[in-house]
Amino acid sequence: MSPNLRDKKISENIEEYLETIYRLSNNGERVKTTRISKTLNIAPGSVTQMLKRLDKMGFVEYSQYKGVKLTDSGFKKAKSITRKHRLLERFLHDILKLKNNLLHDQACEMEHSLSDEAERALCQVLEHPDKCPDDYTIPACDLPFTSCEECMNRNEEGIDQVGKRSENLLPIMELKDKQQGKVSFIRGDYKIIRRLMDMGITIGAKIKVIKVAPLSGPVEVAIRGSKLIIGQDIACNVFVELTGDENRL
Amino acid sequence: MMKLRKNKINTRSSFNSDEISKPVKNEETKKKHHRRRKRLRHRLDSFRKPEDLNKSDITIALAGNANVGKSVIFNELTGSNQIIGNWPGKTVEIAEGKLHFEGHDISIIDLPGIYSFYTYSMEESVSREYIAFEKPDLVINVIDASVLERNLFFTIQLLEMKVPILICINQMDIAKQKGIIVDIEKLEKALRVPVIPTVAIRGEGLHELMEKAVDILDETYNYQINPIEYGAEIEKRIKSLTQFINSKELKIEYPSRWVAIKLLENDPEIRKRVEAESREVVGRAYLLAEEIEKIHEEPSFAVIASERYAIANRISQGAQIQQKLKTSFSEKLDRLVTHRVWGYIISAMVVGGLLLWTFIVGDFLSGILSEVFSFFQPVDPQVSGSIISILWNGAFGGLVAGVTLIIPFVIPFYLMLSLIENSGILTRVAFMMDSAMHRIGLHGKALIPLVLGYGCNVPAIESTRILENRRERLLAAFVITFAPCSARTIVIMGLVALYVNIWWAIALYVIDIVVILIAGRIAYQVIPGETTGLIMEMHSFKIPSLKIALKQTWKRTKSLIYLVFPIYIIASALIQALYAFGFLTPIANLLAPITVFWLGLPVFAGVVLIFGAVRKEYTLLMLVALFGTNLAAVLTPVQFIILALVSMLFIPCLSTMTIMLRDFGWKATSTIALANIVTAMLVGGIVFRIINPFF
Repeated sequence: MSPNLRDKKISENIEEYLETIYRLSNNGERVKTTRISKTLNIAPGSVTQMLKRLDKMGFVEYSQYKGVKLTDSGFKKAKSITRKHRLLERFLHDILKLKNNLLHDQACEMEHSLSDEAERALCQVLEHPDKCPDDYTIPACDLPFTSCEECMNRNEEGIDQVGKRSENLLPIMELKDKQQGKVSFIRGDYKIIRRLMDMGITIGAKIKVIKVAPLSGPVEVAIRGSKLIIGQDIACNVFVELTGDENRL
Repeated sequence: MMKLRKNKINTRSSFNSDEISKPVKNEETKKKHHRRRKRLRHRLDSFRKPEDLNKSDITIALAGNANVGKSVIFNELTGSNQIIGNWPGKTVEIAEGKLHFEGHDISIIDLPGIYSFYTYSMEESVSREYIAFEKPDLVINVIDASVLERNLFFTIQLLEMKVPILICINQMDIAKQKGIIVDIEKLEKALRVPVIPTVAIRGEGLHELMEKAVDILDETYNYQINPIEYGAEIEKRIKSLTQFINSKELKIEYPSRWVAIKLLENDPEIRKRVEAESREVVGRAYLLAEEIEKIHEEPSFAVIASERYAIANRISQGAQIQQKLKTSFSEKLDRLVTHRVWGYIISAMVVGGLLLWTFIVGDFLSGILSEVFSFFQPVDPQVSGSIISILWNGAFGGLVAGVTLIIPFVIPFYLMLSLIENSGILTRVAFMMDSAMHRIGLHGKALIPLVLGYGCNVPAIESTRILENRRERLLAAFVITFAPCSARTIVIMGLVALYVNIWWAIALYVIDIVVILIAGRIAYQVIPGETTGLIMEMHSFKIPSLKIALKQTWKRTKSLIYLVFPIYIIASALIQALYAFGFLTPIANLLAPITVFWLGLPVFAGVVLIFGAVRKEYTLLMLVALFGTNLAAVLTPVQFIILALVSMLFIPCLSTMTIMLRDFGWKATSTIALANIVTAMLVGGIVFRIINPFF
């Protein structure tokens, strides 16, 4: 195996691990090694070895008994690869009409070679999908737009021109109770954005999650001095930058 | 020109100042009240003079967000003299009531609760059209004092409509409980419009509100409506577009500044209307909107909405003081009701409670009523004798059906529903149950109508009005028609539990739930239109007022009585006569291929089922009328089960159909009825083939 090819293999491997931890960890919770080993079908020993390496690279925090947790940079990488994976699944399903049992493996193969520019084009062609065929939420891109319409309007500008967002965006449905943030991006067409704006969910508004109803139910948020209930299908499209607790609502 | 359709002319009521301005706090105010009463009486007298009659025909519209107490104010002001009209072509309800106050004859209009004038929903476009086309003499903007910022967002838009406006800041008591103190003077100064504080549920401040309204109408109080200015970049463009619109002299009912803002916001409806008059204006607006988008890198409507909220925030921050409070009781209650364990238990209790309430109260009252009626005359269908006595028996049966529907089932339901709705519990239950209800394509809110359906389909379908749009209402109504109401329960119990055994009766319920799940899913795919995601305001808990609940109950019941009774009486008499003269037997024979070959029932089942369409219990009563009580002699156990199953599913009863007809129209109603029949036949035939070998 040539050194180049081996590097590629290694980086794909890293991405695969990060993606798995991202999927298994629920909102920053630690993931046990055994779960990763079961999901990836790799011996626990090898998994531990890899996690230690990822820890050294600064992608995860690993401790022997508690399990593993993504760091900020690890989260960013994991989110980006997960986004590519789920977008590709959507593409394979909607456009190529591939059978459901083939989607995952095919997307896994393709995700590592999908460039950011191609990812943006894919997202536009698919009309900014919010869910992959298995009903997982597709993470937001890290382009600095506040709406998909803006992304379309500034299509001539390449990604190196528009730059990237430094903060991580989270959909409000993935926030924990009492977490708060600033509304930074709303995915979807004008109709949904308009409704949200009228209800006070404007870009830049401070929002706090009061409670997420169990069984992936709606999210209760505090915004502009009042409380709103937002169903999951909308809540997965409202993205926030987390802010500290000092900002009272 | 659109006009509010009126169902009937109503009488005037005089305004009782004693009732609405309590409680009296001290001697000073007592004296003031006395003086006011004297003045009121004086004015009442003067009203009777003919020269004062030209003062009538004043219209005041109540506008504001949902759940701010508009309906409470409306009810307090207008008493029982209300009419419900439908805005032409739309199913949005607008209530109108009369008030006689200080020599004025005032029509009060309760507009639907909205958050914005962007025409996202029917409610919003109806309110907008009403204010623009009907030009009420005064708009009272009702605001929730505890959620000032959100409410002011709408107030700002209302000011842009340039209609005479008076602000009623309601629920001052709830604000106080939340530690919010609103400075009325500061608010008045910022908005440059009179503001009156009220606690409508206790009638506080309503007299002052109407006095101010009358002062404005009499022009003894003068003020200028000044729209609030936006930030410099946007304001400049609004002004320039407004001037351009003025120079074009468009024939549009809306004020030019408002049109300018709507064009910059890219409101499709306004754009279309302006485009018909002047393409130039639209072109100019497009360029200006693009400039705004360039500066802010956001769609122009989003920029304007953000700006509007920023203004609302500034005004509300300036006019209110937020005190830190200990966790209030209502917040503690809130935590309990949305708790991940207790929340479900409480939701189940609310739902179960409603169900029990229906069965126990309904059955009890219905039993008493039937006794009373049968004392006068037997209510079993009469199938032989003179035409007069058959018609009379049928009509009487229809009347009994109506009374035993309305009194035991409808009234207790509406009362309970109204209390639950007004208290805020319903919102919490919807929050908890949303994900479960999603499985049949409905919101959590639709759970309540569905549960009501187990008691009686009629109020259940009517209560689908709490849902946001027609599609959701239709979907819920369709699912409800499969819910085994108490009448169907009587049939299941009377046929299956009595002649087969209780386990088969329970099995039928299980089959029913499966049918609901499957039918709901299919309808979700088939019914056209988009699903709107759930966004609703979570209001604070309130102690519901029994008075308001009773009034709402009466209002709803009254409209139902007018609708259901005539149809019940006529149809019941007609079908009975048709049967007695042998018209139904040929139909039953015609149906024989389905009833006999597909469902394995005897030929007479056709007749029985037709009777069951009037009222579900008739299925049982008819059998008894034809064959006496020993039904086991004419039907096999399988036939009992299939007959009960088919009669449970096959068609909504007459009153359910009537209510659907009113709310959804012919097309939807006949489609639902057809879907019911097909489902019943399909399920009945399949179940027959499955269970037949076991007996």
